[in-house]
Amino acid sequence: MKWGVVVFPGSNCDQDCVHVLHEVLKQEVVELWHQSDDLQGCDAIVVPGGFSYGDYLRCGAIAKLSPIMQAVKAFAEQGGLVIGICNGFQILLESGLLPGALLPNAGLKFICEFVYLRVERTDTPFTQNLQKGQVIRIPIAHYDGRYSVSAEQETAANHAAVFRYCDVDGNVSEAINPNGSYQSIAGVVNAQGNVLGLMPHPERAAEAALGETDGRLLFESMINHFEQARATS
Amino acid sequence: MTSILSNNPSEEQLRAVAASHNVTNEQYDGIVKILGRTPTLTEVGIFGVMYSEHCSYCSSKPYLKTFPTEGDRVLVKAGEENAGVIDLKDDWCVVFKCESHNHPSAVEPYQGAATGVGGIVRDIFTMGARPVALLNSLRFGPLKDDRTKFLLNGVVRGIAGYGNCLGVPTVGGEVVFDETYRENPLVNVMCIGLMRKEDMAKGAAKGIGNPIMYVGSATGRDGLGGASFASRELDDESDADRPAVQIGDPFAEKCLIEATLEALKTADVVGIQDMGAAGLTCSMSETASRGNCGVEMDIQKVPMREPNMSAYDVMLSESQERMLLIVEQGSQERVKAHFKRWGLNAVEIGKVTEGNNLKVYDGGTLVADLPVSAITDDVPMYDRPTQKPAYLDQAQALDVSSIPQPQNLQKTLEQLLALPTIASKRAIYRQYDHMVQINTTALPGASDAAVIRLKGTQGALAASLDGNGRYCYLDPYEGGKLSVAEGARNVVCVGAKPLAVTDCLNFGNPMDPEIMWQFKECVRGMAEACVAFGTPVTGGNVSLYNEGPNAAIDPTPVVGMVGFMESETPVTSGFKDAGDAIVLLSIDQAQLGASEYLANICGKRQGKPPQVDFEKHKALHRCMLEAHAKQILKSAHDVSEGGLAVCVAESCFSEKLIGATLDTLPEYERADTLLFGEASGHIVVSCAAEEVKTLRTIAENTQVSCQVLGKVGGAQLKIGTWIEAKVSDLESLWGNSITL
Repeated sequence: MKWGVVVFPGSNCDQDCVHVLHEVLKQEVVELWHQSDDLQGCDAIVVPGGFSYGDYLRCGAIAKLSPIMQAVKAFAEQGGLVIGICNGFQILLESGLLPGALLPNAGLKFICEFVYLRVERTDTPFTQNLQKGQVIRIPIAHYDGRYSVSAEQETAANHAAVFRYCDVDGNVSEAINPNGSYQSIAGVVNAQGNVLGLMPHPERAAEAALGETDGRLLFESMINHFEQARATS
Repeated sequence: MTSILSNNPSEEQLRAVAASHNVTNEQYDGIVKILGRTPTLTEVGIFGVMYSEHCSYCSSKPYLKTFPTEGDRVLVKAGEENAGVIDLKDDWCVVFKCESHNHPSAVEPYQGAATGVGGIVRDIFTMGARPVALLNSLRFGPLKDDRTKFLLNGVVRGIAGYGNCLGVPTVGGEVVFDETYRENPLVNVMCIGLMRKEDMAKGAAKGIGNPIMYVGSATGRDGLGGASFASRELDDESDADRPAVQIGDPFAEKCLIEATLEALKTADVVGIQDMGAAGLTCSMSETASRGNCGVEMDIQKVPMREPNMSAYDVMLSESQERMLLIVEQGSQERVKAHFKRWGLNAVEIGKVTEGNNLKVYDGGTLVADLPVSAITDDVPMYDRPTQKPAYLDQAQALDVSSIPQPQNLQKTLEQLLALPTIASKRAIYRQYDHMVQINTTALPGASDAAVIRLKGTQGALAASLDGNGRYCYLDPYEGGKLSVAEGARNVVCVGAKPLAVTDCLNFGNPMDPEIMWQFKECVRGMAEACVAFGTPVTGGNVSLYNEGPNAAIDPTPVVGMVGFMESETPVTSGFKDAGDAIVLLSIDQAQLGASEYLANICGKRQGKPPQVDFEKHKALHRCMLEAHAKQILKSAHDVSEGGLAVCVAESCFSEKLIGATLDTLPEYERADTLLFGEASGHIVVSCAAEEVKTLRTIAENTQVSCQVLGKVGGAQLKIGTWIEAKVSDLESLWGNSITL
């Protein structure tokens, strides 16, 4: 399986994703420069975290205009696998690939810490190796992670929710919602199921030396899904 | 100041500009003598910033020369380049340095702290190393003050805003609250970088005729004369100096890191120097000095943020995110391409020349022409008078028997745990991205030193950044020794061998002989400790004039210690499993002098701090490293502020909530000395009960005292007959004390 990791000026989790995919999961990985519109035949695209173009404007507002995002959008619309992490999630929202928006955290502070996530859906390529209701532990690191939707998007957003912030036992409540996200939503998938955006960083929880390997489950699900799809075709 | 900067200033005006940089009339006359003529306005500015304490180290240099700089692993010594370089293994080496941004942070906390981060990061990638970790040591007045809250919030947001955007994790450090820093907070930042030996870059201008290129952000009027501002005391007018504070653009710096490291991989770059204090002036002259050649440039070619900037402005600007490159003739277009790819300026502004002069043109007009050595090697040095401070004898005298013991020592423990200096810093470090680059194997708060794995080597770096102003106030010499010993102990606790040191020396006005004595004595203690521990000093900085309108700060040297370990994961400070034995490894006695307990519970800043016996400390290091090698330690936490009781309490909740019972305790005359007294060489470790025998043998062989205090388990912390508290209650006092 060939992976592409998008690199914007200001991306800073791009190399972490490359490391996990290449060194830990032994995948083929290429970097996709923001000024190019060539996806180099990749089977899955990672839009990584960081501060694309500095994010001095609304997060992702400039990145969505880049040549590479036009290609990623077309790829997604044709059913290609796209995962946006943190800033990548913000960019996918700005690009209109996912419903909702991300506002500054409720406490107006950057938050970096491990959180627990409850798996809400397992019918997606990103979570097929997980169990519904399973609790996984993955860190967040963001200032603008408060997932929000308009009133008319609420039903769709609740259906789109793949992960919710929860406590160690899987209970979801406002008390443990770290950033004030609507319905504690940490990650959403599009209607077709091939585009996932999430605030937590699975690439930061993919090695025992870092104290957690739950993050690997997402990438492994994607690999499984791809291999199954290839086997059936 | 604008009027003085007009054309053809009179001598009186020139002297006034010189005076605004704290250049004396005598020194001005010296400048006239060096040049053999009246200086131009630009030259006065150049001399002014380069003569400043901040750039010239004019009061401190003779003392800094007493620091050991040599060692088996030292590849680049302190002072030779922007930062020292230490060999690790398999051709990996580490570059690290710390720097203060005290004065800018006092008047503009967000930008002051942010640009402090930016500056130290540039020092590291200038060497060809990728910045992999940041630490910071912050000191403020009492947290209950609104002003402190404003400063703390601003500084923390500034560090977060800059460091998080760069993608360099902020992994550790310390935050201290004390009356002495009320008017003059301390913001010290340390950066660590990693590189392959063959990627090391040099900061010398070489090759007559080679082009000099300017890369990075455009030059503006921000940070004008920042070096001079940093070399004055703060006063009521200091807020008006806000334009001397630089404005940071972390996105530009992130791009600059990537573009610079790309360019340095090629053979095109001959020399490189970041533009920090004194901007273009300093980088042009230092590269020329190292290359033993001349340099010239035209300010008209410098990218500018606004029109009509004078040569004086351009040469003194401390605008951020800029670098100076000396490149091979003919490689300019290739070099430009790297920076253009990242959206950055890259222009040729001058060249390396014969001779030894710095020449600055403004278009066709020569506006400065002076010998480089006059502003680098031959700047005025002072042999400042020193005098033992009048307060010292009385402050050191402590009659312990005159201090009543608190009735309820559990309450005292609760008070200590809630002191902001001791309390959890979670509200602060959760604002820092401490995990990016996925190397952080010890999360903040979990261990005595930060630990960064070295991908692909099975090894890791450990680092701590620590100081103790009160110890140094009450005994500058022992305080200096203690600062280094603490750093070494922190690193040893996680399982690493101490390698080398960087330091930030924060003191008051050096013209005060008592302050100069504090400085001299602290440095003497630190230098002796560095020799004893075999940890050379690879660089750092000196920050003087840390005074408000009312008083100078306590002398506060801050030590950044770096160690290396042959394992990726550290031993953390939290207790792990019920039934494990809790053991005190020690080489000295706890005592109350200069302690946090005495200062904050009893209200006495008195007594002498613990004394450091180097041989015993080295024995403790050996004992710990042998125990680590046998992999028998489950936790290790050094006893520091707050003493044994605070240390054990922290081990009960720094990882997960778990109780402990301590029932076989060392004998002390007073229970408060046992519980809250401080020592220089006490470490509380835990291990499986069956490993105690092995630990005892190691301790005996290394001549370290080894006493089993009790065991891990339950939901309560019990210490002797004095303390019996629910761990969750103590944790909530400790964990919720600091809110931002």
